[in-house]
Amino acid sequence: MNLPILSILIFFPMLGVVLITMLSRENQWVIKWTTLVVAVLEFIFSLPIWFRFNSDTAAMQFVERLNWFPSYGISYHIGIDGISLLLVLLTTFLTPICVMACWKDIQDKVKEFMICLLFLETGMIGVFCALDLFLFYIFWEVMLIPMYLLIGVWGAPARRIYAAVKFFLFTMFGSLLMLVAILVLYFYHHKVTGVYTFDLLKIYGLQIPFQMQFWMFLAFALAFAIKVPMFPFHTWLPDAHTEAPTVGSVMLAAVLLKMGTYGFIRFNMPLFPEAAWYFVPLFSVLAIIGIIYGALVCMMQLDLKRLIAFSSVSHLGFVMLGLFTYNMAGVQGGIIQMINHGLSTGALFLIVGIIYERRHTRLIAEFGGLSTPMPIYAAIFMVVALSSIGLPGLNGFVGEFLILLGAFKVNKIYAILAASGVIFAACYMLWMFQRVMFGVVTNEKNRNLPDLSMREIAYLAPLILFIVWIGVYPNTFLDKTKASTANFVAQMERAKAPKVALVDVIKGDIR
Amino acid sequence: MIEYVWLVPLVPILGFLFNGLLGKRVPKWLVSLVGCSVIGIPFLIVILIFREYLQLPADAKPVEVVVYNWISSGNFNALAAFLVDPLSLIMMLVVSGVSFIIHIYSVGYMHDDEGYPRYFSYLNLFVFAMLVLVSANNFLLMFVGWEGVGLCSYLLIGFWYEKQSASDAGKKAFVVNRIGDFGFLLGIFLIFWTFNTINFREVFSIAGTNFEVGSLVITAITLLLFVGATGKSAQLPLYVWLPDAMEGPTPVSALIHAATMVTAGVYMVARCSALYVLAPVSLTVVAIVGAATAILSASIGLAQNDIKRVLAYSTVSQLGYMFLACGVGAFVAGIFHLMTHAFFKALLFLGSGSVIHAMSGEQDMRHMGDLKKHLPITYWTFIMATLAIAGIFPFAGFFSKDEILYKSLVDGHILYWLIAAAAAFMTAFYMFRLIFMTFHGESRVDHEVLHHVHESPPVMTLPLIALAVLSTIGGFVGIPIIEGANVFHDFLAPAIAHVHRPEIHYPISFEVSMMVVSVIIALLGINTAYRMYIKRPELPQIVTEKIPLLYDLIYHKYYVDELYAATVVNPIKVGSDFLWKGVDEQVVDGAVNGSAGVIEWLSYHIRKLETGYVQNYALAILIGVFIIAGYYLGR
Repeated sequence: MNLPILSILIFFPMLGVVLITMLSRENQWVIKWTTLVVAVLEFIFSLPIWFRFNSDTAAMQFVERLNWFPSYGISYHIGIDGISLLLVLLTTFLTPICVMACWKDIQDKVKEFMICLLFLETGMIGVFCALDLFLFYIFWEVMLIPMYLLIGVWGAPARRIYAAVKFFLFTMFGSLLMLVAILVLYFYHHKVTGVYTFDLLKIYGLQIPFQMQFWMFLAFALAFAIKVPMFPFHTWLPDAHTEAPTVGSVMLAAVLLKMGTYGFIRFNMPLFPEAAWYFVPLFSVLAIIGIIYGALVCMMQLDLKRLIAFSSVSHLGFVMLGLFTYNMAGVQGGIIQMINHGLSTGALFLIVGIIYERRHTRLIAEFGGLSTPMPIYAAIFMVVALSSIGLPGLNGFVGEFLILLGAFKVNKIYAILAASGVIFAACYMLWMFQRVMFGVVTNEKNRNLPDLSMREIAYLAPLILFIVWIGVYPNTFLDKTKASTANFVAQMERAKAPKVALVDVIKGDIR
Repeated sequence: MIEYVWLVPLVPILGFLFNGLLGKRVPKWLVSLVGCSVIGIPFLIVILIFREYLQLPADAKPVEVVVYNWISSGNFNALAAFLVDPLSLIMMLVVSGVSFIIHIYSVGYMHDDEGYPRYFSYLNLFVFAMLVLVSANNFLLMFVGWEGVGLCSYLLIGFWYEKQSASDAGKKAFVVNRIGDFGFLLGIFLIFWTFNTINFREVFSIAGTNFEVGSLVITAITLLLFVGATGKSAQLPLYVWLPDAMEGPTPVSALIHAATMVTAGVYMVARCSALYVLAPVSLTVVAIVGAATAILSASIGLAQNDIKRVLAYSTVSQLGYMFLACGVGAFVAGIFHLMTHAFFKALLFLGSGSVIHAMSGEQDMRHMGDLKKHLPITYWTFIMATLAIAGIFPFAGFFSKDEILYKSLVDGHILYWLIAAAAAFMTAFYMFRLIFMTFHGESRVDHEVLHHVHESPPVMTLPLIALAVLSTIGGFVGIPIIEGANVFHDFLAPAIAHVHRPEIHYPISFEVSMMVVSVIIALLGINTAYRMYIKRPELPQIVTEKIPLLYDLIYHKYYVDELYAATVVNPIKVGSDFLWKGVDEQVVDGAVNGSAGVIEWLSYHIRKLETGYVQNYALAILIGVFIIAGYYLGR
C-alpha cells in the first residue's frame, strides 16, 4: 500500500478547516473537539513516517512528485530526510497539545482561531516537506497569514497590532530577497543546463561560481536569519512572543523559528557550499553574540514571556553555531537542539500561559512563592527550566554538548565563548524561577491559585516524557538523523572556501 | 554480582520517583522506609561486589560494565557504563554507607517537616547522582553525576524555599558550581579531540604511552578539570558558595556539604592521577590552591560564631588538605583523608544538628554553653569526632592527616608543611573552641529554650554512635611505617598513578618524630582553646580588641563575597541592563522603528503630491515633458 503519506499530512488539517467552517460558531464545544480530533488524528497519521523511515539512507523518502506547471518547471515535489523528519513530527506532536492548551484560554472567535491553528499546521509541514523552491516559497509565505492573525487578533490587546505588523514586515522583507535569489537560481539553471526547473534536488547539482554564491547565500540567509532569529535581526521576536496568545507563542517558538535554521541546512549550505564556508566566521560570531547577548538581556527582563523570548535568541544561537561547524557532532547537535528547543521552550510558554490564564499578568514581580499553592506546577516548571539550562540527563544537555564539542574542533575560542552562555543560562533561569516560585506568597491574589488541572497535566506530561527521553536515550533520535547528517557533512567537506578578500568579492574581481 | 553494578545508582532513583510522585499520598513511615532502604540496598550490593572483586584474578581487574550507548555522533561515543576498580569501590562504599546512616538520622531530624517526602526524594536523587559520579567509566557520565549532585545541592540548600536566604544560597551554589563545570566541560572537549575517546582507561593508557611529562595539552586538560574541582570542592577562588550552603537542613550539610559531594573534586583528581602526574605544573597549582584554601578558611573558622559555619569553613579547609595531598602526588593520602573526613565531619554536622534540634533551632554558639549534661551522647560522640579532626592518636583523622603532613614535607616543600601545620593548629583550636563554647563553661542558653533542651531520640543518636565508631577506628586501615599494615594504600595502589621522581628513603625515626610533632601541634591548639575559653573566658575579648583590623578582616571572611559582588556580579547586572535598555531597545530596535519612521515621514509628505486635481497632474506631466525634451535637445 503506497499512500501519499506526506500529502495526507499536509492537507489533512485543511480538511479539518473545511469541516470547521461548516460548524455553527455558537457551538464552541463541538468546534474544539473537532479540532482536537483532527489534530490527534494528524499526529497518529504522522507516526508511520517515524516507523517506516529508513535510517540508513540519506536519500529523500516518502517522495511524491507531480508536475504542477510543467511549462515553468514547477512541480509538486515533496519528501523528507533525517533532518526534516523530526521537525515534521515535532509539528504534528505539538499541535494537539496546543489545542488542549487553548481550551479555556480562547473564548472569543473560537472558530476562526481553530481554523488559523490548523491552517498553520498545513503551512509548517509543507515548508518542511517541500523539495521544490516554488512550492517551498508558497508554503513559507502562506504560513505568515495565520500567524499574523493569531498575534493580531488574539494577542494581548495593548500592543498586538504593533507586534503583528512588525512580525509580518520583518519576515516579508527577508523573503523578498530570497524570492529574487530563487528566480536567479531558476534562470541560472536554465542557462547552464537548458532546463527550467525549481526542483531543489536538481538545482543541488549546479556548479555555481563563487561570486554568485556569495550574493545568493546572503539573500537566502537574510530571510532565514530573520526567522531564526539571529542577532541583530531578532527584535521582532520579543514583541511577537510577548503579545501572541499562549498557543501562538508556543508555535512560534517551537516550530516557526526552526524554519529559519532548517532553511540554512536545507538550502543555504548545500546550494552554496563555498559561500557557506566563507561565511563561517561571520555567522559563528553572530551566533555567539546571540548566545551571550540573549542570555544577558534575559537576566534583566521583568516580563516572563519576554524573558523566554530572549532565551530563544540564546538557544537558537547554539543551533546556528552547531550547523556552521560542518562536522557530525556539531550538526547533529544542532538538529537535535532544534527539537529540544521546541520541546523546552514550547513547554515554558505553556507553563507561563497557565499562570497568565489564572492571573492575567506576565510580570515576574506579580508572582512569588507559587510553589506553596501549586506544588505540581512547581515540579513540572522545575524540570522544564532545568531542561532549558542544559542539565545532563535532560534533553537540552545532549544538544548543547554536541554543538560545543563540534564547535571546539573548529575553533576553541568559539566553544569557550559559547560555553559561557551555559553559565548565564543558569543565572537567568534560576533567578526567574526563584522570583516566581520561591519565597513566601506576598501577593494575596496568588495565595489560593489552583494547582494544575487534569487537562493541564495531560498536555504537559508528553512534553516531560520527551524531555527526559532525549536526555536519557538520545540515540533514538540521533540515529534517525545520522545518515542525512553524514551526507550533509560529506557534501560540505567537498567544498572549501576560496581564499579571497571580501573587498574583491564585492567588487567582482575574482577569477 | 559485579555485572549488576548499575543497580547501585539505579535503586536510589526508584526512591526518588516513589517519594517524589507518591510521597504525599502514602503514610510517613512508608516514605521513610522506601527512602532509607533504597540507600541501604545499594550499600549491601556494594559490599557484595567488594567481596567478589577481592576474589577476582588480577588479570580480570578492573571490571567495566556497559549498560547502553548513551550519546553517539560520528566517532564520538559516550556510554552509560561503569568502572569497578579499587578507587570506585572505596568511593561507592563510603558514599552509600555514610548516606545510609544520614538517611536514618534524617528520619528523626526531619520528622515534623511538611516537606518530608520531598526531602527524601531529593536526598535519594542526590545519592543516585553521587554514585553515578564515582562509578562512571568515562568523563561524560561522570559529568552527569557531577552536575546532578550540583542540582540536588541546589534543591536541598533551598529546601526551605520560603526563606529568601535559603533560595539565594541555593542559587549561588548552582551558579558558582556552573562556573567550575564550564571548565570541566572544556576539559572534556579537549580530552576528546586529543585522545578520540572519553573512556578513563583508554585516555590514561594513551596519555601514558604517547605523551611526555610536561606536555602542554595534558597540562591544559588537567588545569581545566581542576577548575571544575575548585567549584565542586569549594576551593579558592570558588569556595564562596559552601558556607552559605549551610542554609539547608543539617543532615544535608552533613551528607552533601561535608561527606560526599564536596569531595568529588578530590576523587576526580585522584581518578585522573595518570594525567596529573604528566603535568607537574598542574600538580603545583593543585598543591598551592589546596594549601592556600586550607589556611585561609581555617583562619576564617577561628572567628565564626554560628556552629554550622565553623564546620563549613573547617570543611573547606580539610578539602584544601586533600588537594594539597594530591598536589604533592600523594593521591592515596588524599583519598584516605577523604574517607576519614567523611566519617568525622558527617558526625560533627549530625552532632551539631542534634544540638540545634535540642536548642529549638538556635545555631549561635554565643547562646549555648554547658550543654554537656543535657546531651551526653551527642557530647561524647562529638568529642570523638573532634579528636579525629584535630589529629589526635589513635583517632581516624590522625592517620590520614599525618600522612598528608608528612608527604607535603618529603614530597613537596617545607612551605607546604608549614602552612599545613599552621592550619592544623588552627583546626585544633577552633574545633575545641566550638566544643568549649557549646558544651562547657557557663550556660548562656535562653531560659525558654533551656526548658526544652533534650537529648535526641535513638533514631538520631544511633547514627551518631555508628559514625563515632568509624571516626575512632577508621584510621587503622592505613597504618604507616609497619610493612603491610597499610591495607588502604595497598588496595588502592593499582588505581593510582605515581609521580616519577627519585625515591628517597627517610629513616623511620624521622617519620615517627614528624608524627609526634603533628600531635604536639594539635595539642597546642587544644591547649590554647582551653586557656581562652575555659580558664580565662575574658581573653577572647581582649585578643580581638588588640588586633581589631585583623579580627575584622577574618570575621568578615576577608570580604571576598563583597569583592565578588563588586567586581563580577554587579558589573554583569549593570552591563546586562545597559544591553537591554541601551543597545537592544535603542540601537537595534531603534534602527528598525527608525526606518519605519522614516518611511512614514516620507509617505506623509509624498502623499501631499496626490492632490486629486487633474490640473496638478497635467502640470506635472507638462513639466516632465519639458525636462525630457530639454535633456535631448541640450545634448
